[in-house]
Amino acid sequence: MNNKELEQVEIEVLIDSIRRRYGFDFSNYSQASFKRRLQHYLKLKNINRISDLIPAMLHDPATFKTFLFNLSIPVTEMFRDPQAFQVVRQKVVPMLSTYPSIKIWHAGCASGEEVYALAIVLVEEGLYDRCQIYATDFNDQVLKMAEEGIYPTERIKEYTLNYQKAGGKRSLSDYYLSRYEAVIMNSALRKRIVFANHNLMGDASFGEMQLIVCRNVLIYFNQSLKEEVLQVFAESLAPRGYLWLGTKEDVGLPGLRNEFKTIDSRQKIFQKK
Amino acid sequence: MHKWRKFEAVVIGGSSGAIDAIRTLVSHLPGEFPVPVICVLHLHPHSQNESMIQLLSGHGSLKVLEAEHRMQIKAGRMYLAPPNYHLLVEPGELTLSLNVDEKVNMSRPSIDVLFESAADAYGDRLIGIMLSGASHDGAAGLQRIKEQGGITIVQDPETAQAPIMPKAAMVAGRVDFVLPVAEIAELLLLKCPGGKKA
Repeated sequence: MNNKELEQVEIEVLIDSIRRRYGFDFSNYSQASFKRRLQHYLKLKNINRISDLIPAMLHDPATFKTFLFNLSIPVTEMFRDPQAFQVVRQKVVPMLSTYPSIKIWHAGCASGEEVYALAIVLVEEGLYDRCQIYATDFNDQVLKMAEEGIYPTERIKEYTLNYQKAGGKRSLSDYYLSRYEAVIMNSALRKRIVFANHNLMGDASFGEMQLIVCRNVLIYFNQSLKEEVLQVFAESLAPRGYLWLGTKEDVGLPGLRNEFKTIDSRQKIFQKK
Repeated sequence: MHKWRKFEAVVIGGSSGAIDAIRTLVSHLPGEFPVPVICVLHLHPHSQNESMIQLLSGHGSLKVLEAEHRMQIKAGRMYLAPPNYHLLVEPGELTLSLNVDEKVNMSRPSIDVLFESAADAYGDRLIGIMLSGASHDGAAGLQRIKEQGGITIVQDPETAQAPIMPKAAMVAGRVDFVLPVAEIAELLLLKCPGGKKA
């Protein structure tokens, strides 16, 4: 058995240990991405071999927590793919505005940048006070970061550019306070957001939403988990509710074809049939 | 050491000055080039690949397209990473995969991410090429390709518009070939026989 094959065994034992001990099933993850993050974690913790990680993972829940945190921290951006936000303004907002109250589920919100971006759009479109946003993630630590809404100042330049390209109507600086190395998002933006733990790998559907946002999360899942999650989304949407996925998400899934019609194929916006 | 082996993929990384290099490379490869070519070029996150695809498509008979998530990797094609996503190779199933993980070497897509995942997926059946660029991204990835037994090629820094990247790759470890781009193309045709001439 060569090193590569041995490593594959270690990865499989690790995944099996985590699944049986904590119920998180990473066998449904994109292998290449999982491996990369795993290697990153090993380097960070100065651990030589994947198998060295397994005892601590089994016996110490705190180790698993840090592992989970490091594994599931996709650094999100504000107004990533600015054009997608423009399309949401043009094609989704008009329909949302016909509802007296609007429920939105932001699934896999990570550290929350995108939830705030969405809140800003809703404020500018005059809908925010009618909205209830559920921002969920399976990782409590990132949820806490999302709730705090504090981000490094160095990223703001990029976000501002994105915001302008996304059809922003004011100045992004209207929405945060600068504090030396960090900015803190206005608490008014948080007013209608509830942050909650929800695990797309296994938790059930979530009320009757008008819009579900889940961008660049499914990209990490294999086909079977994707299908399962799409089913959860379909069940969680009100009739004619919208689903907004990441721009490069693959959408050749039967679950998507059967339950949804395409509103914008480029920006991956769908509507429940 | 293998005397002869069937290569399954070519991965290419480049940054500033690499577009011209890739154009030259593509113009020397036949449409039936028998292995897939997978590329990461550093581009601005808001840029689109369409113009690049047009630019490259006119220069050879290889089919140039943007890499999509879960796309089957096929011979006779050149795949370009979309801006602002990492491009990886899924082991086993040999499909392309995208993710939005944090930047590596201040880059997304990162050449290291592609090279390392491709090295894991293809082992010694991989050829890695480092072209012109002004960063260190890709140097570690090229080394991983070498470690897994693949062939590593670096554009001769003397011929590169931006020599930092080829030089960084050479400093990081031993590379198999240092060549001007036209000769890299010839070497590829030699290592990957079977496709008809353009």
